[in-house]
Amino acid sequence: MTEVLLSLKGLTKAYPGVVANDSVSFDIGEGEVHALLGENGAGKSTLVKMIYGLVKPDSGEMTLRGKAFAPGEPRQARADGIAMVFQHFSLFDALNVAENIALGMENPPKLRDLAAKIREVSETYGLPLDPYRTVGDLSAGERQRVEIIRCLLQDPKLLIMDEPTSVLTPQEVDILFQTLEKLRAEGTSILYISHKLEEIRTLCDHATILRLGKNVGECVPAETSASEMAELMVGSALTPPERGDREFGAVALDISGLSVPSPSAFGTALRNVHLTVRRGEILGIGGVAGNGQDELLSVLSGETLTEADAVKLGKDPIGRLGPVARRALGVLAAPEERLGHAAAPDMSLTENAMLTGATREGLVKNGFLKWAAAKEFAERVIKEFDVRTPGPENAARSLSGGNLQKFVIGREVLQRPEVLVVNQPTWGVDASAAAAIRQSLLDLAAGGAAVICISQDLDELMEISDSFAALNEGRLSAPRPAAGLTVEEIGLMMGGAHGMEVAHV
Amino acid sequence: MIRLEKRPQPSKAWSLATPLVAVLATMLAGGLLFAILGKDPVEAIRTIFWEPLFGEFAFYYRPQLLVKGAPLVLIAIGLSLGFKAGIWNIGAEGQYIMGALFGAGVGLAFYPLEAWYIFPLMVIAGGFGGWLWASIPAYLKVRFGTNEILVSLMLVYVAEQFLASMSLGLMKNPEGFGFPGSRNLQQYESAYNADLIAGTGMHWGVVAALIAVIFAYVLLNRHMTGYHIRLTGEAPRAAKFAGVNPSRLILFCLGTSGILAGLAGLFEVSGPSGQVSIDFNVGYGFTAIIVAFLGRLHPVGILLAGGLMALTYIGGDIAQANLQLPSSAIQVFQGMLLFFLLAFDLLTNFRLSFGKPEVA
Amino acid sequence: MDLSAINPVLLIASLMVAATPLLFAAIGELVVEKAGVLNLGVEGMMIIGAIAGFATAVETGSPLLGFVAAAGAGALLSVLFAILTQFAQANQVASGLSLTLFGLGLSALMGQSYVGVKPPQMEKLNIPVLSDLPVVGPILFGHDLMLYVAIALIAAVWAMIKFSRLGLVLRAVGENHDAAHALGYKVVRIRILAILFGGACAGLGGAYISLIRVPQWTEGMTAGIGWIALALVVFASWKPWRVLLGAYLFGGVTVVQLNLQAAGVAIPVEYLAMSPYLITILVLVILSADKSSAPAALGRNFHASR
Repeated sequence: MTEVLLSLKGLTKAYPGVVANDSVSFDIGEGEVHALLGENGAGKSTLVKMIYGLVKPDSGEMTLRGKAFAPGEPRQARADGIAMVFQHFSLFDALNVAENIALGMENPPKLRDLAAKIREVSETYGLPLDPYRTVGDLSAGERQRVEIIRCLLQDPKLLIMDEPTSVLTPQEVDILFQTLEKLRAEGTSILYISHKLEEIRTLCDHATILRLGKNVGECVPAETSASEMAELMVGSALTPPERGDREFGAVALDISGLSVPSPSAFGTALRNVHLTVRRGEILGIGGVAGNGQDELLSVLSGETLTEADAVKLGKDPIGRLGPVARRALGVLAAPEERLGHAAAPDMSLTENAMLTGATREGLVKNGFLKWAAAKEFAERVIKEFDVRTPGPENAARSLSGGNLQKFVIGREVLQRPEVLVVNQPTWGVDASAAAAIRQSLLDLAAGGAAVICISQDLDELMEISDSFAALNEGRLSAPRPAAGLTVEEIGLMMGGAHGMEVAHV
Repeated sequence: MIRLEKRPQPSKAWSLATPLVAVLATMLAGGLLFAILGKDPVEAIRTIFWEPLFGEFAFYYRPQLLVKGAPLVLIAIGLSLGFKAGIWNIGAEGQYIMGALFGAGVGLAFYPLEAWYIFPLMVIAGGFGGWLWASIPAYLKVRFGTNEILVSLMLVYVAEQFLASMSLGLMKNPEGFGFPGSRNLQQYESAYNADLIAGTGMHWGVVAALIAVIFAYVLLNRHMTGYHIRLTGEAPRAAKFAGVNPSRLILFCLGTSGILAGLAGLFEVSGPSGQVSIDFNVGYGFTAIIVAFLGRLHPVGILLAGGLMALTYIGGDIAQANLQLPSSAIQVFQGMLLFFLLAFDLLTNFRLSFGKPEVA
Repeated sequence: MDLSAINPVLLIASLMVAATPLLFAAIGELVVEKAGVLNLGVEGMMIIGAIAGFATAVETGSPLLGFVAAAGAGALLSVLFAILTQFAQANQVASGLSLTLFGLGLSALMGQSYVGVKPPQMEKLNIPVLSDLPVVGPILFGHDLMLYVAIALIAAVWAMIKFSRLGLVLRAVGENHDAAHALGYKVVRIRILAILFGGACAGLGGAYISLIRVPQWTEGMTAGIGWIALALVVFASWKPWRVLLGAYLFGGVTVVQLNLQAAGVAIPVEYLAMSPYLITILVLVILSADKSSAPAALGRNFHASR
C-alpha cells in the first residue's frame, strides 16, 4: 500500500440521543480514491464534517502526513489541503460563479484574474463554466462544477466528495469519473462518499463501510461483490419488493400540453408536458434535481393551478381545482420536502393527519374539526406503516427522517387514492423504511390506483415502475415501458451529458 | 460554556412558565430602573402591582382595570390571529382611531335624536371603520405583495392626522366655545356606552372583549379557519399544500383585527373617553402588541396579559401621583416586559446545556 | 396664499437637510438587511440617538460629541436586538417592534429635563468663495459637516459591498447562511456587527433630527422617519445610491409640504402632513412587485445544528 495521507483514530461524536460516530478509525492513502460507504444516517456526513473542521470530535484524533491534525474551522482544514464538495451545495444563488469561488478561497486574487483562472482550470478538467454567470441560473450539474473548481483551485491533497453523482445523469457521471481519475493520476487523494455500490466498484481503490456510526468493515471494492457490500452496509439481506402481476385499466390521469411559467426567480418552467397514467400503473419520472420535479408535483397536487383541461382525471378537467377539491376526487400527493411542505414541523402527528386527511377521512363537519377522529386516523397511519414514535401527540420534527416519511406516505396511501403522486418517496430514508415505502406503492397500484413516482434514484424507479419518463429543463420525455431500458437510454432521456466534455488528459 | 440545543418538540411547561419568568425579571429590572430614578424600588413595584387591587382606594381602581383592560384584550385578540399566521398588523392604533371616528360620526350625525337603534348603528360603524382601515394593507398585500407591516404603520400617522382634522373641523362641538373636540357622547344618552352595572366599569366593550376571547378560542382550536391560521404560521408551504388560500387568509386576519380594534375605539370614544379629541388615542394599539405576545398569542393568555398590562397603566398613574414616577417610566417598563418575554422564549424551543461539550 | 414666498434654492437646500436623517437610518438598515437580518427597531434606535445626542451636545456644548454619543447609544440599543435574535433566536419582527416600543419609552424618560432646551449649534461649512456662490453655494457648499458625512457613508457602503471582500462575505451571509457557515464564515458574528453598524447609523440619523433639523427635543419627535427609512430600503432595492435618490425624494415631499403649509395653501394642514406617509405607501405599492433583489435569507434566523 502507498503512504498514508490522512489517518483517523477512534473518532467519536455524540449528539443528544444518538452516537453519530463511535470510535471510527481508518487510513486514506496518498493518491487513493477511498470510498466511505453507508446508509442514510450511518454517520458519513458527521465524519467528513470532522475532517473538514465543521464539527469537533468528542474524542479520537487525526493525523495528516504523520502530523497531528485537528482543524478548528474549515479555514484551517483548507489551509492544510482539505477540500470538500458538498451534497447540498454550499453555493449562493444570487452571486456569480467567480464570487462563489472567491468565497471558498483563503486569499482569492482579484475577480478578473480569478475569472481567467477559472476558465483555465475548467478547460483542463473538462468542466466548462462561465465565471460571470449567476449561480442561481445554473443546472445542478453545473453547480457541482462550481464546487469542484472551487476545490481544485486550492490544489487540494484530499478532496472530499459527498454523494456527488446524485445530481448527475449517467453520462455526466462517466465524465466526472474521468475527471476524478485524472486527479488521482496527479496524486490527489479522494474521499468518496456514496451508497451506490456499482459506482464504488468502478471507481474506488479501497472502501470503509459505516453502519450506525461504527466502522463495520473494509474491503477492496473491485474484489468484493455488490451484494457482500450491501450486506455489510445494511446489516442484513434485504428482500426485493414483490411486484406481482397487474392489469392496467383505463387512463386515470391525463396531462396534455401543459406549460407553466417558473414560480420563482430560480425555479424551472414546465414546457409542453404530456403524460398519461392508467389504473394499476406506476409511472416513474426520473431526472436530475431542479429540472421541474417540484413544479410538476405542485401542478398535480393543485398548489399550482393551470388551464382546466391541461390536467384531466379520467375525462374530467381538474386543472382549476385546488388541493382540497382534488383530494375529494381522489388525487393525492406527497411532496419531497417532509418538514415544512408535506408536514408542519412543530405540529403534532394528529394535527398533521388533519393536514391532508380532513376531506376524505371526514375529519371536519361544517368547518368544525373532529380531533378525536383525526387522532384515530393518525394512530392508524402509525400502526399500519410501522412509524416509530411514542404516539400521535408528538411533533413531526421529533421523528427521524425515515419514520416521518413513512407517516407522510402512509397518510396518503390510507386515504385510498385514485391517483397518488409522490416526489422522492425514499430520499434520505434508511433501507428498510425505503423498502417498506416502495412495497406500499406497489400494493397501492395492485389495488387499482394510478401512481406517479418522481424520483432521482434510478435504481428505485427501475425497481417499481412500469413505464419511465424523464424531466429535463422542464420538458418531459415520452414515457417508455421500463422493462428493458438500458442505462444509456435512460441517461439520454435525462438530457445526456448536458454539454460536459471529457477531461483533456 | 453554555450551549443551545434544539428540543425535539417545544416544551409545554416552559411555554406556560416564560411569561411568569418574564414578569418577574421585569419587576427586578424595573425596580433597578426606579432605583436609578431615585425612587424606592420596592415601594414603586408595590404601588404598581398591589395598590390598584388591594390598596386603600382599590374600590375606585378595580373598575378601571376593566376599562383599561377591555380595549387591550379586544385589540390583542385580533392581532394574535394575524401574528399566528405570520401576518403582521402593527397599525391597530390607526384602526382604533378610525373605528372611533366612524362610530362617533354616526352618533353625532343623529344628535339630538334619542332612539334605541343609534348605539347599535354606532357599533356597526365602528367595526366597519376599523375593518376599512385594516383592509387597505390587506388588499395591497394580496394585490401587489406590499409589506403589510410598513403600510399598516404608515396608516397610523395618516389616521392621527385625520383625527386632528376631525376634532378641529367636521366633528368639532358647535357649542364648545371654539375649543377643539367633539360633543361629549356621555351626555347623549342614545350614544353613551355606559356601565351596564353602575360603578363596575363593566361597559359593552368589556362584554365584547370576553366574547372575542371565546370566539378566538373556538376558532383556533375547533375550526378549520383557525387550523389554517396556525398552519400558515408554522409552515406556509404546508398550508398551501393543505389547500389554504393565502389571500383569503390575509384578508380575514387583517380584517378581523381591524374590526376588533375599531370596536375598541368605538367603545372607548362613546364611553370612558366620551369625545373625539386630538389626543384621544393613548397607544392601546401598540401596547396591545405586547399584550398579544405576553399572552403567548393564546386567547386565555391574552385575557390575563390584558389584565396585567391594565394594572401597570393604573399602577403607573398611581405611582406618578404618589411617587412622582414619570409616566414614561411605565412605557419603558412595558417595553422591558416584551424584551424579557422574547428572550426567555428561547427556553421553550431550546435546551441550555452547561459544561464543556466540545473536547477537541 | 403666496406661493412666490417659496424660494427654490432654499427649498433644495432644506430638502437635503430633511433627507439626511433618512439617509443615515436607511443606509444602516441596508447593511443590516444585506446580512439577512430585518431590524424593525430603526424608529426606536433613532429616537434614542436623538435624545442621547441632544443631551450630550447640551451638556458638553459640542454637537460633534453629541453625534458620537448618538451613534454609541443607537448601537447600544441594537445590542439588545442582537442578543434577542442572534442568541435567543427570537422572532425578528417581534424583536424589532419591542426595540421601537422600548426606545420610545426610554427616550421620553431620558429627555424629561431637556424639553424646551436649545442645543448648541453645529457650524455650517464655510468655504470662502464656494459657499458664497449664488444658487450653487447654498445648495452644495453651505451645509453642516454631518450632511456630507451621510453622503460619504453612502459612497463608502456602496464601495464596501461592491468591491471588498467584507462586502462579498456580507452578501453571502445574507443570501444563504447555511452555505456561509459550511464554508467556515462566522454567520452570527458578521450579523451582530452589521446590526451594530445599523444601530449606530440610526442613532446618527436621530441626532441629526434633534440637533440640526429641528433643533430641539420633543417626545416622539422622529414621527415615523425610522419606518420610512425601512420603506426606503425596499424602494432602493438594497442598492446604496438608490437610497440617496429615495431619501431626497422623500425629503422633497416633506419640505414642499411644509412650505405649502407655511404659504397657507387652501388644503388643511392635516392633509398636507399626511402626504409623506401616503406617498411612502404609494411608492411601496409601485415597487413591491419586484422583490428579486432582496437578500434571500432576510428575516430568517440561523442556528448552527449538526
